[in-house]
Amino acid sequence: MRRQLLGAIAMATVSGLSLAAAALAADEDPKLVVNGEIEMITRAPAPEHVPNFSEVTSGWLYRTEETQALQMDDFENPGMLNVEQAIADFNAPAGPEGQSCSTCHESPDVLRGVRATYPKWDEEHKEVQTVEMQVNECVTERMKAEPWDYDGARMVNMSALIASVSRGMPVNVAIDGPVAPTWEKGKELYYTRFGQLELSCANCHEDHYGDMIRADHLSQGQINGFPAYRLQNAGLVSVHNRFKGCVRDTRAETFAVGSPEFVAIELYLASRGNGLSVEGPSVRH
Amino acid sequence: MAENVTPRVRVPKTAKAGEAVTIKSLISHTMESGQRRDKDGNLVPRSIINRFTADFNGTNVIDVTIEPAVSTNPYFEFQATVPESGAFAFTWYDDDGSVYKENVEITVA
Repeated sequence: MRRQLLGAIAMATVSGLSLAAAALAADEDPKLVVNGEIEMITRAPAPEHVPNFSEVTSGWLYRTEETQALQMDDFENPGMLNVEQAIADFNAPAGPEGQSCSTCHESPDVLRGVRATYPKWDEEHKEVQTVEMQVNECVTERMKAEPWDYDGARMVNMSALIASVSRGMPVNVAIDGPVAPTWEKGKELYYTRFGQLELSCANCHEDHYGDMIRADHLSQGQINGFPAYRLQNAGLVSVHNRFKGCVRDTRAETFAVGSPEFVAIELYLASRGNGLSVEGPSVRH
Repeated sequence: MAENVTPRVRVPKTAKAGEAVTIKSLISHTMESGQRRDKDGNLVPRSIINRFTADFNGTNVIDVTIEPAVSTNPYFEFQATVPESGAFAFTWYDDDGSVYKENVEITVA
């Protein structure tokens, strides 16, 4: 009974959004096209495993026109400077054998499609891997170099590069098979209230997207645009770093960047955006 | 010396005679203001791009004096009227004496 009631409230919120979104932007249905050529899917039918949404929407839709415009042109997207740095790193030899990313992967372009399917199961290590974990596997096991800091500038830049070559492709993360337990854990964490404010992810991003949170609009909390260039940080922000910010805002002790909890949440959240385009590096407030 | 300094400009390939075209320029640079201190309390020396100019066929179009308050990766967007086909020459002057140059041609149809 209670669950049915909650479902009804969620539906009411969904219909409320279209009104809020209409008031939000002068253009009621803006289209995200990057460099005049990469067409992004910013609205998609909600995947079956997201029963409380009828439609999933990119965080880009919730931003002001000025911020939206920054992402539509690589010259204006400050995150693309980080991508350029990562290209240099991609070709820079490291480790005792002088290998670089390009020793195995001819160019960043051959990694097109990677971002869309991560996090995913790694059979060799019997674990769910994020892009960052996969990069570090390459760095330590293939290049035999020191691992990169999970949230360091190098790693965030590289993850932006890997995302950038997949821009426009729909996110398509698997939730069944060996990743299922991790996905369930992520779902459980998503609906668990944390901190002194006793807020779960869903309390803001499911119940109140489109509404104001202080001076900003709440989005659905989709992660298809990460890493994101945040104007308030004047820098690229990894998705785990953003999770930390959210959990901190509930006045809780946060999980660590790269922790199994955040990996589980990342998998669950990525799957909630199945069908939206990979946007990273996106531009957000 | 500043690292990872790369200039970029965007100029339309073609224009009509006398048309005002929009030019965008950006140079990646840390723009260290000289006001900040490191962990040990020592001043981090100033290191900025202090001047940016654009010339068209030898005529100066814009000449900007840049001060330490300008933030990382200075971006300038401006308009210029193009009387004839030719080339824009952009120049950035670094505190360390480095000069970065970029030339872009534009055709008046």
